[in-house]
Amino acid sequence: MINEIISMNGYGAYVWSAFSFTLMSFATLYFSTKLQLSKEQKKFVSKFGSLNEEKARAARSQNINREILSNISKI
Amino acid sequence: MKLSFFNIYNLRMFKYFEPNKIFAITSRAPKYVLFIFIVVLTIGLTEALILSPEDYKQSDAVRIMYVHVPAAWISLGIFSSLALLSVGSFIFKNKNFALISKSLAPSGFIFNIIALVTGSIWGKPTWGTWWAWDARITSMLILALFYGMYLLAWRIYEDKEQVVKITSMIAILGVINVPIIKYSVDWWNTLHQLPSINVLSNNSIHESMLIPLGIMTAAFALFSLLIFLMKYNTELIKVKNKGLDRL
Repeated sequence: MINEIISMNGYGAYVWSAFSFTLMSFATLYFSTKLQLSKEQKKFVSKFGSLNEEKARAARSQNINREILSNISKI
Repeated sequence: MKLSFFNIYNLRMFKYFEPNKIFAITSRAPKYVLFIFIVVLTIGLTEALILSPEDYKQSDAVRIMYVHVPAAWISLGIFSSLALLSVGSFIFKNKNFALISKSLAPSGFIFNIIALVTGSIWGKPTWGTWWAWDARITSMLILALFYGMYLLAWRIYEDKEQVVKITSMIAILGVINVPIIKYSVDWWNTLHQLPSINVLSNNSIHESMLIPLGIMTAAFALFSLLIFLMKYNTELIKVKNKGLDRL
């Protein structure tokens, strides 16, 4: 059974390479996108941390900024 | 202030889709989409590689169809969406459209590359060649070039207004190629087979193959949704980072 799945009637090399290429492309795109996202989130935290109290309060008044900050702890 | 019909329509229609309002959803959605994607992909791979029957002519080589066809469909669908959003961005002057397009393009490009590479791998056992300058394959390669130009333009140009105009032009020009890809097998004598699935008439594909194809298409669509959400969140945070600089 396992040998049949691997050999695929002699087409195993073609079938498995097509599926492997697809899954590797998925993994590459997923991890590179995740890396970019976490880089921007870190940049946001560092910029937010450097704001004085008044500016931080003004920034925190925006829902989206609060959402970004609350999501960073869940990465 | 005088408001045109499009401006009024824009205000009413899109106020619920403002980035500030939907970020609460888009920032939480990826983990759920990732979970559903993994479940659907696992079912799809089991069906495609183990449970679905082999073809009477192509034998097990037919299984490449389960990655090749969904990838081609989704890359075409995403490029058509880019063109539609570009037209929308011209008409409604909505900046969010450009942000959505920019976030959609990378997964469309990857699916296009997957369709080309897996098509090439499929070509060797069925046609006896890795590549042929056939109408369908060549038009898919042209689509990849349009995707490449679109993504490069976002990297090259700094000016926001300029890059939106240029990328919109690329998407609108490139979409002319989409019907050419679709009908290339009917218009020209090509190596590529005629479509097996037709919405308006009977399919020439048996349901034992149609079901795994549908599941794999759903998995691929979920993956593009996942990448879109992550990219969209990245772009929104980039905008907010610039906003913090201006404070």
